[in-house]
Amino acid sequence: MSSRRDFMGMALGGFSALGGLAALYAMKRSWDPLPSVKAAGFTTVDLSGAQENVLNVEKWRGKPIFVLKKSADMPSDDRDVVVGQDRYLVAIGLCTHLGCIPAYLPNDKIFHCACHGGEFDASGRQIFGPPPSPLVIPPFKIDGTQLVLGEEGPEYIKMKEAGVTA
Amino acid sequence: MAHFDENAKPFSNQWLNERLAIDTVKRVLSTEYWIPKNINFLWAMGMILAATFGLLIVSGIFLLMYYKPDVNLAFDSVNHTIMGEVGFGWLWRHIHGVAASVVFLIIYIHMLTGIYYSSYKRGRELIWISGMLLFVTFSAEAFSGYMLPWGQMSYWAGMVITNLFEGGSLHLTGLVEWIRGDYVPGDAYLVRFFMLHVFLLPLVIIGLIVFHFASLRLPHVNNQEGEEIDFEEAAKLYKEGKKKESKVIPFSPVFLSKDIFVMGAYFVLFFFLVFYNFDFAMDPVNFDPADGLKTPPHIYPEWYFLWSYEILRPFPKDPGLIAFLIAQVIFFLLPFIDRSPNVAPAHKRGLFVIWFWVLVVDMIALTVLGKLPPQGIYTDLGKVAAAIFLLMWPILFIITKLEKKL
Repeated sequence: MSSRRDFMGMALGGFSALGGLAALYAMKRSWDPLPSVKAAGFTTVDLSGAQENVLNVEKWRGKPIFVLKKSADMPSDDRDVVVGQDRYLVAIGLCTHLGCIPAYLPNDKIFHCACHGGEFDASGRQIFGPPPSPLVIPPFKIDGTQLVLGEEGPEYIKMKEAGVTA
Repeated sequence: MAHFDENAKPFSNQWLNERLAIDTVKRVLSTEYWIPKNINFLWAMGMILAATFGLLIVSGIFLLMYYKPDVNLAFDSVNHTIMGEVGFGWLWRHIHGVAASVVFLIIYIHMLTGIYYSSYKRGRELIWISGMLLFVTFSAEAFSGYMLPWGQMSYWAGMVITNLFEGGSLHLTGLVEWIRGDYVPGDAYLVRFFMLHVFLLPLVIIGLIVFHFASLRLPHVNNQEGEEIDFEEAAKLYKEGKKKESKVIPFSPVFLSKDIFVMGAYFVLFFFLVFYNFDFAMDPVNFDPADGLKTPPHIYPEWYFLWSYEILRPFPKDPGLIAFLIAQVIFFLLPFIDRSPNVAPAHKRGLFVIWFWVLVVDMIALTVLGKLPPQGIYTDLGKVAAAIFLLMWPILFIITKLEKKL
C-alpha cells in the first residue's frame, strides 16, 4: 500500500468485485428451474393392462417414458424391471445421443432414432450409431402391478448400484 | 472553454459544429474515408448485410407487437394472429423469415470473399475476428428466433441444441436444465430465449457491428490485388482533382453510390423471395404445434447450420462433439493458421487457391449431406467430408508456411 490513493483504489475495486460476484450469483439463481417446476413430482403407471411387444409411452417430468412388456423370445437382461412373472423395459424415451425420441419398430423389436440413426434393442441397449450408452432407466418403485416413477424403490437402488441404469 | 458564437443561428452548420464537430465527423467517417478503386461487387456485401439487419429490426418490431411468449399462446399468436388478423402481418413475418435465411447466404459470401482475397491478414486480423464474433452472435440470434413460433421444429431443435451442452460423457445434465430452466424445453425456456432474441443478442450485435466498422477504419478495406496503397498520397491526388490518377475514392458519396446500385439488385431478388418464394424459409414441420412426446421423423437445422451439423452427426458422441466444437472456433484462428507473408488474391498464392476451392466444395458437400437422412452411404460420405474439413486446417498451416513471398 504505497499511498492513500492506491488504498482507495483497492477498496473500491474490492467492494465492486464483491458486489459483482453477488450480482452474478443472483443472475445464476434467476436462471435456475423454478421450485414449482422441480416439484412436478411423481407419475404412477398401471402395468396390468400391458401387452407384449406393444410400446406404451407415459409422461414424467415432461419426458416420454417407454414401458415395453417383453415377449418370451426377447433375451432377459439385468436392466429388466420384473413385476410378478413379467419382464418390462422401463426407460426414458430420449436417445442418449442428443435427446430425440426413438420410434419402436415392433417387427424388428428395436428402437430407431430418426435424428442421427441410432438404434437400441428391446432392453434399451445401444446397438448401432452414435448413442454412447443405453436408454436411461428413471427412478421407479414397484407397488403391486403399479409403477411409481420418481421414487427410488429397492429394485431401482439395486440396479443403480450395479451401474445398469444408464 | 471552447468558443461559442452567440450570434450563430440555432441548428445552423456553425452552431452544430461548435457543439458536435459534425464537419470533422463527416470527414472522418465518409467524405475522407478512402476506399480503393480496385474492387468489385463482392465489396458491397458489408453494406448489404447492414441493410438486411435493418430490415430484420423493422420487421421484428412489428412482429413483437402481437407475438406472445407463452407455450400456450405462442403458436397461435404467430400462425393465427400475425398471419391471419394483423394487417400486413404476413409481410413482416415473411420479410423476417426470408431475411434471416438470406442474411446467412450473404455472410458466407462475405466471409469467403475475405478468405479469397486474404483480407484477414496484416493489420486486418481484428476485422476478421470481430466478423467471426458477429457470425456466432447471428447464429445464436437465428437459433433463439427459431424457438419462438413454438412448432415441432422449434421444440426439437431446442431439445437437441441445448443437449449439446451436456458435453457428451461429461454428463452436465444440471447445466442443460439450468439453461432450459426446466427438465425439457418449456415456458421458462421459451421466455428466456424470447428475451435473448429481442433484446440481449441484438444489443450485442449492434455493439459488434460498431466494433467491426471501427476495426476497418485504420487498415482500410482490402482490394482485388492485395496492394498496399499509400492512402495519404492517393487521397492528396484525389483532393487535388486528379481523380483519374488517384487509386482511391471517398466512401461517400462515390463508393456508397456503387454500393447502393448492388443493393438495388439485391433487394429486387430479396423481395421477389419475400412475395413469391418465401416457402423455403418456412419449414412445413414447424406448422405443427410443439409436442414433447413426438419427435418429427427427420430433424435437420436450417440450411446455414447444416455444414457444422454434419460434422457432429457421422461420428460417435464424444468425438462428434469435439469435431463440432473445432468447427465452431477454427475460423477464428484463420489469421494465425495462415503463415504466408502474402496479402494477395488466392489465384496468385499457388496451392492456396486449391485449398480455397476444396474448402468451398467440402462445405457445400457437408451442407447437402446434412439435409439427407443419416443412413447407409450418406453416413460414410458424411464421415469423409467431415474428416476433410478437419484436415484442411493443418494442411493450410503447411502450405502457407511453404508459400513463397510474392
